[in-house]
Amino acid sequence: MKAFSDLYRRLDSATSIRAKQAALTEAFAAAKGDPTQWASAAWMVYFLAGGKPRQTVPTRLLWRLAVEGTGLPEWLCEECYSNVGDLAETLSLLLPEGSAGEEVSLDRWMRERLLPLAALDEEERRQRLKRWVEELPVDQRLAFFKLITGELRVGVSRLQVVKALAEVAGVDESHMAQRMIGYARARRAPSADDFEALVGEVAHTEAEALDAGRPYPFYLAQSWQGPVETMQTTLGPPSDWIVEWKFDGIRAQLLKRGDDWRLWSRGEELISESYPDLEPLARALPSGVALDGELVVLVPPEDYSGDSLDGLAPFASLQQRLGRKVVSDRTMRELPAGFVAYDLLEIEGRDIRGEPQHQRRVRLEGLVEETLGAVRARGDRLPLRISPTVSAEDWTGLAVIRDQARALGREGLMLKAREGAYGVGRRKGDDRSKVWWKWKLDPMSVDAVLIYAQRGHGRRSGVYSDYTFALWSAEEGAPDRELVPFAKAYSGLSDAEMGEMDAIIRRTTVETFGPVRRVKPTQVFELGFEGVAKSNRHRSGVAVRFPRMLRWRRDKPVAEADTLDAVRALLPARAEV
Amino acid sequence: MSGLAASPLALAPMDLIVPTDRGLYCPAGDFHVDPWRPVDRALITHAHSDHARAGSDLYICHRDTAPVLRRRLGDVTIETVDYGAKLARDGVEVSFHPAGHVLGSAQIRLVHRGKVWVAAGDYKLENDGVAAAFEPQRCDVFITESTFGLPIYHWRAQAENYAAIDAWWRDNAAAGRASVLYAYALGKAQRVIAHVDASIGPIVCHGAVEPINALTRQAGIVLPPTRLVGEIQHKRGFAGALIVAPPSAAASPWLNRFGDYSDALASGWMQVRGNRRRRGLDRGFALSDHADWPGLLAAIEATGAERVLATHGAVGPLTQYLREKGLDADVLPTTYGEEEADDTSPPEGEA
Repeated sequence: MKAFSDLYRRLDSATSIRAKQAALTEAFAAAKGDPTQWASAAWMVYFLAGGKPRQTVPTRLLWRLAVEGTGLPEWLCEECYSNVGDLAETLSLLLPEGSAGEEVSLDRWMRERLLPLAALDEEERRQRLKRWVEELPVDQRLAFFKLITGELRVGVSRLQVVKALAEVAGVDESHMAQRMIGYARARRAPSADDFEALVGEVAHTEAEALDAGRPYPFYLAQSWQGPVETMQTTLGPPSDWIVEWKFDGIRAQLLKRGDDWRLWSRGEELISESYPDLEPLARALPSGVALDGELVVLVPPEDYSGDSLDGLAPFASLQQRLGRKVVSDRTMRELPAGFVAYDLLEIEGRDIRGEPQHQRRVRLEGLVEETLGAVRARGDRLPLRISPTVSAEDWTGLAVIRDQARALGREGLMLKAREGAYGVGRRKGDDRSKVWWKWKLDPMSVDAVLIYAQRGHGRRSGVYSDYTFALWSAEEGAPDRELVPFAKAYSGLSDAEMGEMDAIIRRTTVETFGPVRRVKPTQVFELGFEGVAKSNRHRSGVAVRFPRMLRWRRDKPVAEADTLDAVRALLPARAEV
Repeated sequence: MSGLAASPLALAPMDLIVPTDRGLYCPAGDFHVDPWRPVDRALITHAHSDHARAGSDLYICHRDTAPVLRRRLGDVTIETVDYGAKLARDGVEVSFHPAGHVLGSAQIRLVHRGKVWVAAGDYKLENDGVAAAFEPQRCDVFITESTFGLPIYHWRAQAENYAAIDAWWRDNAAAGRASVLYAYALGKAQRVIAHVDASIGPIVCHGAVEPINALTRQAGIVLPPTRLVGEIQHKRGFAGALIVAPPSAAASPWLNRFGDYSDALASGWMQVRGNRRRRGLDRGFALSDHADWPGLLAAIEATGAERVLATHGAVGPLTQYLREKGLDADVLPTTYGEEEADDTSPPEGEA
């Protein structure tokens, strides 16, 4: 337990990703060298990778422990909790100190103490917990309660755990990502053997299997910022290009090799386990296939028959599935994942990235039709779609099509050179005719009022550069009209403007709470954003994507800023999904 | 003369201290305690900027508070008193008693027609060796702070904090790094300087801290030798040094001169992880010049007061808790506690 507690505190106090990485690597390396630590290290990896054992202590019982252990009224314990914002930390701060007992390993804590709790009645659980807390060294209490609440909140991603383990084991990161498949499954109890298998060397046979699961490097698009008028001269005629919609999802590669399938996100993170609803699709694909496309939430209508994109949900729906390590049946029913394919990188186990785009497209269309046709014959459906192409006589015509993107919940258009190969990464500058371009819509915008400010980080550190903006709840003159917070933004100002704003914020502060200053509403900014969705979590009722400051509206009085209705009007018609 | 603003609280007309728009006012003696707007006569508990604001005609404070007040407010008229000495103000007996918060900090005790009121300002019970130690005063009505008025705030013994600071400094020094410790310029800075192990390395201070060190030494407090940051020419001169700076210096370009450094904040707020993480600091030491929850309760108990008024901080939880314990407790709204950190901004021209 001490090793876990020490690592927890070190991760918690680390202020950089590099420091966190070093802490993980050192802890895993230390454990690797000492077989007696393997079982506990296996649990450490499990928790850090987001694994959750069965909940052995209901939250209600933890509250009882707090109230009885401190002799404080319950409302005061709750007040403390709302100040701290973390139940495990609140408990570790509130409960009186006991006298430290013997060191118990993390593995023993889990197997001999916490997991067996599930079988006991509440009174017995309460008594044991009370005794353990009294015997626990004070500096281990936080880690202990974290094990119980299961919310580590220590700012470590699964990818970082994979990186650290890869370094300690001396294996490739994509190999380690595959070794980790299934490791952090809910309610699993990892063992010493599991840890040994993670950090061991790669045997030849395993290496082959792991190589078979690797994705290709993603080919990235450049951003087309120029005016429509210059497109003909720079890019040539539209007929040289395959033009598709730019979807608002997650870029992903879907691989099928042998009987195994893998889904990799653009950050080269292995995410197959978070999208089990794609399994039937993967099974239906022939072996030796690599598809590039967009991961989306797709709720096909009941009468769905063809391969249209009906039921494509806005990004906000997909967002609810991101980062979920445990996927319930309900989630898969309400927010089913789908895959919109737009490129084929491998067929029959052969790398075809060097073929021209139009040739790959023909193969892709064939593959998708064949796959969907086979299941359709059985009366089944699969969450696979092909990314449709659009066309027009000239670039102006395409610009008209692009303008429909917002209504369709899409970001704009993608331009892919018909003769281009599938490259590696993002190519800049040189060849402008054989690449991928993203041609996005101009952002939506509103004029909003600055109401809170906070100091920034990194280059903006020390100055009040992170702002919260509000819109009016009603038109001018309406009774009870108030400013409602609606978005946060921290980019878009020049250094000089930021310095100026910093002074204004200090001068107009009305109140401070923690690091946040509430200011007198005096400044209006034009805020740009990429999308709007309904939100129950925001008082404004809407959430915007990628908000940023486009312009400081020094000319605009606060009273003339926009109302919430201006944003609601931008909600796509199908945002009800 | 300050107008008596309509108070949101129905305080009895006999109250010795009432809230007004200028600050806490004593109608019987016609003076204010720690007013936030200019008044004729201001009794000052201590020299932090949220309690001692500019613009009043006359300031009355403890002897050790006066030099800091002058430094901060310029050439103002100050009357000084010693702890325990009694002054008469229009039939109100006034005396100052140690509050243990910072150098010169005082609880102000008022007696009128047999009733005793104590306005404690900010205080802590632990004797830090720099501020005169807190002396409980029996009274009928106790006006208390509640900065850390929640049970999650219970401080570890100060020796543990000093040892933790020493260990952090020593590790940094061994690695050739500078240690930048943020501490309020008046109070926390001197307290830390007085108690760290000065044999670890040189102690170098920010321009807002060093002058207060000098005033502290003039008041007879022994501090180890300190130097001003500006006196050191090369980056390598900071390796292994403890640099004491106000919290406002955090994440500012001022830090660029130190080369490789680790930074930490000494403040009661560091008790909660989120506060440290939000600031992006390497370390946080929960060392406070305010009373923690057990301290507030002990201080209130020691006064024997039947009525308790809380001025700032977590006033809601503290007063509700006291009411449930049978005391007459209420909130006395003030502007204290705002921008305490800013009283540490360096005066112009200093670094």
